[in-house]
Amino acid sequence: MSVETERSSTESDVSGLDYEETALTLGIPGGARATGAELERKRGFSRTVDLTSRIGASEDRSDESPDTNTAGSAKAPAPKARVVGWPPVRNYRKNALKSSNKYVKVAVDGAPYLRKVDLEAYGGYEELLSALQEMFSCFTIRNYPNEERKLVDPIHGTEYVPTYEDKDGDWMLVGDVPWKMFVDACKRLRLMKSSEATNLGLILLLLNSLLFELERRSSACFIIIFFSLSFLFV
Amino acid sequence: MKVQSAMFYFPEEVIEHIFSFLTHHPDRNTVSTVCKAWYKIERLSRCEVFVGNCYAIRPDRAAARFPGLRSLTLKGKPHFADFDLVPPDWGGLAGPWIEAMARSCPNLEELRMKRMVVSDESLELLVHAFPNFKALVLVSCEGFSTDGLAAVARSCKSLRELDLQENEIEDRGPRWLNSFPDMCTSLVSLNFACLKGEVNLKSLERLVCRSPNLKCLRLNRAVPVETLAKIMNQCPNLEDLGTGSLLADQFSEAYVSLISALQKCKKLRSLSGFWDASPLCLLAVYPICANLTGLNLSYAPTVQGQDFINLIQHCVKLLRLWVLDSVGDKGLAVVASACKELQELRVFPSDLFAAGPATVTEEGLVAISTGCPKLNSLLYFCHSMTNSALITVSKNCPNFTRFRLCILEPRKPDPATNEPLDEGFGAVVKTCKNLRRFSISGLLTDQVFYYIGKYAKALEMLSIAFAGDTDQGMTYVLNGCKNLRKLEIRDCPFGDGALLADVTKYETMRSLWMSSCDISLRGCKALATKMPSLNVEIINEWEAEMEENLNNGVAEVISNNNNKHINNGNDERKVEKLYVYRTVGGPRTDAPDFVWTL
Repeated sequence: MSVETERSSTESDVSGLDYEETALTLGIPGGARATGAELERKRGFSRTVDLTSRIGASEDRSDESPDTNTAGSAKAPAPKARVVGWPPVRNYRKNALKSSNKYVKVAVDGAPYLRKVDLEAYGGYEELLSALQEMFSCFTIRNYPNEERKLVDPIHGTEYVPTYEDKDGDWMLVGDVPWKMFVDACKRLRLMKSSEATNLGLILLLLNSLLFELERRSSACFIIIFFSLSFLFV
Repeated sequence: MKVQSAMFYFPEEVIEHIFSFLTHHPDRNTVSTVCKAWYKIERLSRCEVFVGNCYAIRPDRAAARFPGLRSLTLKGKPHFADFDLVPPDWGGLAGPWIEAMARSCPNLEELRMKRMVVSDESLELLVHAFPNFKALVLVSCEGFSTDGLAAVARSCKSLRELDLQENEIEDRGPRWLNSFPDMCTSLVSLNFACLKGEVNLKSLERLVCRSPNLKCLRLNRAVPVETLAKIMNQCPNLEDLGTGSLLADQFSEAYVSLISALQKCKKLRSLSGFWDASPLCLLAVYPICANLTGLNLSYAPTVQGQDFINLIQHCVKLLRLWVLDSVGDKGLAVVASACKELQELRVFPSDLFAAGPATVTEEGLVAISTGCPKLNSLLYFCHSMTNSALITVSKNCPNFTRFRLCILEPRKPDPATNEPLDEGFGAVVKTCKNLRRFSISGLLTDQVFYYIGKYAKALEMLSIAFAGDTDQGMTYVLNGCKNLRKLEIRDCPFGDGALLADVTKYETMRSLWMSSCDISLRGCKALATKMPSLNVEIINEWEAEMEENLNNGVAEVISNNNNKHINNGNDERKVEKLYVYRTVGGPRTDAPDFVWTL
């Protein structure tokens, strides 16, 4: 928690602006403005735009606070002041009993609304994908020989790649890391259309190069890149 | 007269043989004080040594006194270290003890340690210095990693017991289990429930396969139901089981094999673990409940409501039950009706900040006391308690030896009458003549201490928090409790007057802890001066202040090894944390900067 506040004060010092307001994000136009922390996590895109050096940009942005979550959901008015070492319960026990619910949003490209799943309720990737399959009721799981797991909409033949956003705000392919590590790191899930996944990667790659060239003020390269981009949207 | 002198003509072997019937270490301590001859015979024949405070004696001296030592039990940090009241690096190092034993007691077979700091290097030394080493039990310890465990697994030729309870262990990977050599078949007890990381499941299965004597096995959360079922099929003679994660699908093979495996274990008497237990997996447990004597559900917040009731009503022979308060008064009522033999009950808080809905109250405790008259050991965290409930409980259960009640909100009065809980706790000490351990909470005045001093004659350990009005409270206890060994006090208004009321008393006790009370440096210095056989240690947070004063040239600092002693005339400063203990080892040589021995 203190890491987060440290970071945001450094940023406003550096830019002199209210960073949250000027951050570029990808999001539904007119969509609800998220908090500063969420804005930060929206896109790696906003990070590539910000050219000022940001130390600790990829620091752990854990905004979870299991204790305050459970306390906040209770009926009592304000949480009481906490006394050190009270109640007398060993740390081991306190840590073992920390709230073991981890609800994350699941977005599916093309679906009108999002769902939520409790990652702690599943023992592994298989169970999670089965649950997603049930939830969105139109997929079946297809296992590829290279162990990539994809969900497939049998009607239209579109493939969906399960991806997740981790603590650093990066979008990762589901399945690479051990399950427990994944549960700990995952902030939200997104079932991305396969085709879009490839396109998106390309776009980001090109945009990165574009900005790099802009810095060097090489207009020739700029034109080439601009044309390549336009092909993508065809 | 004749009989007395006849004793002296008994050959040593005979006396030694008589002593061999004395296993209780206080008895052995007593006979060793009779005369020099008996001291010598006793010390040479003693195999089990218990050191309740690792700083009460130098390791070398203990090793020299008992060269035949085979089993050593050590306790390190003060009890309140469990609750973050002792800063890290305070001490309690196992290293010097292991080194001393390595030099003088090569026959060491068992080492049990509580609240000590053990390094991987010490564990390495342990297994290489003692060829007959058989049992390692670590409770609430820290400072080591799975590499240290690997060393223990690898090198102990005849390891029987590796018991890790609630330790902070650095996880360096699952390979430590592989380190048990193939020829190691002697394991009787293995407990790694407190390990947070993954374990190598195949290694675990192979280890269990080749351990025919395995009676106690406690797994950690990372072990899934599939593996548990396989393991249980391998050891039908298991008596004590700690499950791993009890999460399974209804129609999965794992679940089905778990059911059949459990049914084969006819000797199973104690169950724990139940991590993430799904109601379905609880069903699998029902067939063995009738024979259970011990059940620990205190890490299973998912087992509550009707699930808990369905489970517990089968457990008719239960002696020991640990649960979370989420079972509610209703759950406790079912315990009271089903578990008539119950002797020990612990109810832990599931929500640590009392912000949730009230879960267990005095009603649950009264129900238990009505249904379980054999109850002698209680640890109960609750939101509220009344005097009348406590009086009823003590009438129903006069056999308490351990009674610890923690009302989550400090200084909370009896909600029915708005009065302090003096009468309730007073009733407990009046009726329970065998009370040895007592922890009190809620709103309490000096009156409760009057009762404790007057009636709790067998009391050995007393824990007090947020209680009392004046020095008289503490004085009642010091004067009245003849058998008091450990006194720990936090956030009470006791000052120098109480501390110095009976200084010789502390020599009869193992230790005194006082934190956030009203004592001053002057009082502590006075105590240290009057009682040189005690170590009077202050844990101070004045370092920062001291730095400031040094810079301003205010303080004059006299350095003496690790003992910095500020003489700026301000002895009236309040002492935040005081730890006093009797010792024959002199001041600690390993005290960190923030610990001052006066």
